Amino acid sequence: MFLETKGLTKRFGGNTAVNNVDFTVEQGKINAIIGPNGAGKSTFFNLISGFHPPTSGQVIFKGQDVTNMPANKIAELGVARTFQTTNLFEQSTVLDNVIVGHRLRTKSTLLDAIFRTHRLKTEEAICREKAMEVIEFTGLKHVMGKQVGSLSQEEKKRTAFALALATDPEIVFLDEPAAGINPDETEGLGELIKQIANKGITVCLIEHKMKMIMKLADKIMVLNYGEKIAEGTPDQIQNNPTVIKAYLGGSAIA
Amino acid sequence: MEIFVQQMFNGLTIGSVYALVALGLTLVYGILHIPNFAHGALYMMGGYITLTMMTNFGLNYWLAILVSILGVGLIGVLMERLVFHPLRHAPPIHDKIAAIGILLFLEAFAQYVWGADYQTMPSPYDQVVHLFGLTFTMQRLLIIVFAIAVMILLYVFLKKTFTGATIIAMSQDREGANLVGINTNRTAMLTFLISGGLASIACSLAAPINLVFPGMGQLVILKAFVIIILGGMGSIPGAILGGYILGFSESLGATYISNDYKDIIAFVLLVIILSVKPTGLFAKGGH
Amino acid sequence: MAKILKQRNIISLLILIAIVFPFLTKNEYFIHVMTLSFIWMIGVYGLNLLAGYTGYLSLAHAGFFAIGAYSLGILTVKSEMNFWLAFLLSLLITGILGFLIGLIALRTKEHFFAIYTLCVGYIIYLVIDKWDSLTEGVRGLIGIPAPGKVGPVNFEEPLSQYYLVLFFLLVTVLVVYRIIHSLSGRTYIAIRNSEDLALTIGISTMKNKLSVFVLSTIFAGLSGALYASFIRFIGPDIGQISVTFDLLTYLLVGGIGTLSGPIVGTVLIVWLSQELQFLQDYRMLIFGPVLTLLVIFYPSGIVGALTGWKHKRDEKRKPQVARASSMAFGKSQVTVEKPVKEG
Repeated sequence: MFLETKGLTKRFGGNTAVNNVDFTVEQGKINAIIGPNGAGKSTFFNLISGFHPPTSGQVIFKGQDVTNMPANKIAELGVARTFQTTNLFEQSTVLDNVIVGHRLRTKSTLLDAIFRTHRLKTEEAICREKAMEVIEFTGLKHVMGKQVGSLSQEEKKRTAFALALATDPEIVFLDEPAAGINPDETEGLGELIKQIANKGITVCLIEHKMKMIMKLADKIMVLNYGEKIAEGTPDQIQNNPTVIKAYLGGSAIA
Repeated sequence: MEIFVQQMFNGLTIGSVYALVALGLTLVYGILHIPNFAHGALYMMGGYITLTMMTNFGLNYWLAILVSILGVGLIGVLMERLVFHPLRHAPPIHDKIAAIGILLFLEAFAQYVWGADYQTMPSPYDQVVHLFGLTFTMQRLLIIVFAIAVMILLYVFLKKTFTGATIIAMSQDREGANLVGINTNRTAMLTFLISGGLASIACSLAAPINLVFPGMGQLVILKAFVIIILGGMGSIPGAILGGYILGFSESLGATYISNDYKDIIAFVLLVIILSVKPTGLFAKGGH
Repeated sequence: MAKILKQRNIISLLILIAIVFPFLTKNEYFIHVMTLSFIWMIGVYGLNLLAGYTGYLSLAHAGFFAIGAYSLGILTVKSEMNFWLAFLLSLLITGILGFLIGLIALRTKEHFFAIYTLCVGYIIYLVIDKWDSLTEGVRGLIGIPAPGKVGPVNFEEPLSQYYLVLFFLLVTVLVVYRIIHSLSGRTYIAIRNSEDLALTIGISTMKNKLSVFVLSTIFAGLSGALYASFIRFIGPDIGQISVTFDLLTYLLVGGIGTLSGPIVGTVLIVWLSQELQFLQDYRMLIFGPVLTLLVIFYPSGIVGALTGWKHKRDEKRKPQVARASSMAFGKSQVTVEKPVKEG
């Protein structure tokens, strides 16, 4: 089991956002989570990445119980994520954003910085190299010196990918990566996601754009009102009556 | 036993003043989510305006307080319009620094106009009263009675009037309030007006039993912050309850532990609370 | 590349001026004021690291200044310890207290952190004021010695004290320079820009905040110890919030979150205050509104504004190269060591 959740539940006061969800993320595959708005998908991500502690249930990653681990420790283990509303260091350039993305893999301390030790210089070079590698991979070379605040929505989404990839993850959780971008750009991002998976990084994404999901995903889980109502291949999901009912007529939204 | 009751009464007096100050602070925090570091200066100005009205213009105590309420309320509104409104989208550190700038200015201003000396405010209520074995001046009783009256008035205003409801709505959800047509700018100004007024009343009531000097707001404001963190930032019952709890703690602490270090009680309390619950006692989640 | 050299050039120029200053003026009073401003600058650099680069406004800064000053004072006057040993111990004491306080304080954020540190600062002041037997309370601590001899050099004279303080200032600037141009600097800026995002990318925010907090308190303590040894007597008032506010004003005017901001701001305000001596107690009548107006219209101070204009001008010339530029509060672009080669 690469990453699995067992009975994961989250209650906010009287509201149960995620209810007893068992889910397994297939390694090396593209996993997707879909569901109507408010189904608890983002909350589910937050529970896995350590943003909120769950009310009950477990998250197990590579055999280790990471349920109550703080977000930064989970990132260290190799779990990266992006956010629904693009969360980046807006006042810094793309390059600066991505360089600091690799920081977690470095060991330099304040003392290293003050005495400009060999370790610091080496690690700075490594971060920079990694940043360049990732920026090229995500096709952002032409904007790497621009301030993130001035980028287009699609460029911002790619930067978020780059930031996540800079952490050298084994698995990335992408929360609505194609939100707010046009069909052409969506195709482009879809390609990029495939390439990420080809590199051996497991992908798990939340999306509303059905065409994209059906094309990309190897495995899909459907959430509704915080509960898992279906799980399977794109074919299976498309023909599942419960799923169709949940979406009220099953309109395939592009 | 007598001492204990006497100190409880003192606690009630001090607590009333603290509660009023904390109320002003918590109201502003509730709608704007900024800790108004300049609130102590508003408190201090309230005292000075009342004093000036009484000594220079010969107004009676109550009229002087009225003028003071209006004056300080006006300063509060100006603060909101000229400083906090332009900064509403800036990083939070800017609000704090701007408030500090205002605080420094007002303190220097007070010193410039009224001098740095400690002054006394003559009160028409310094007759000594003996009641139930307690000895106190009328002023102290007045503080308690008037403060409670103000708190009741405020409660009625907030809960039973439409304008009051807009303040509550805005403190719960600024966006939402805007969407339903509440003029958030006007509400913000009104809240600052009330906040300033409360500070002014508190100081004017307390001044006759203390001294008036430019730095008088500093300690009070620190304690007010402790109170609203204890009681919940933005919570009105919290501010009132917290004010009285602190009042009693200080009064009893001064008598039974140490008078020198009584001011530290508030901060020790704060240090303990924040160490255990870094988001304050009644965190609403988010802030 | 040209940009970095420019920044380095500015600093080098300032250093040069600082070194020859006493020979340009010969006026002992001026030298005294300049030495004092160097001492404040060290404290301002500490504040800058924490508030400017990491985004945490500590209002307890003066408290640590006082701890440094009183540690030195008490150890040399009451325990008659060797000066430099006492000096070192003062820094250690301040750092340790900074660590303990930071451990708790840093669990709070933003407003709570500011209020918490405000209260901590007040507690420190109150304790110094009331603990007569240790600190002499309101009477103040007098007879603090000047810095002890180092080899053949003695520091009784204003001139030698000037250079000693300048030395410590240069060390401070070097340390801060190295930090902000390093991975640690990037980490602090990330925390300032978005602590949640920093956590998500695996940054251990608590560890980082704690180390920068302790360092900032050590700078405050260094500043305090130098102050005590320069002025030779101290009172509880050095731990008052007004000292923190003064340092904050110097920082904001100069440029919070910039490398040369503390220098520019401190020199400007200290000398302005000297010129406006008649205002003395009422400086805040002018500086208060200045602070507020600055934070509304020019939050990045003088240096920040200048850098901003320069950057805008350069942006118009070459839009795509990863630029080397200095930090500006609110418009942070990290100075990169080598400009990245374009493909």
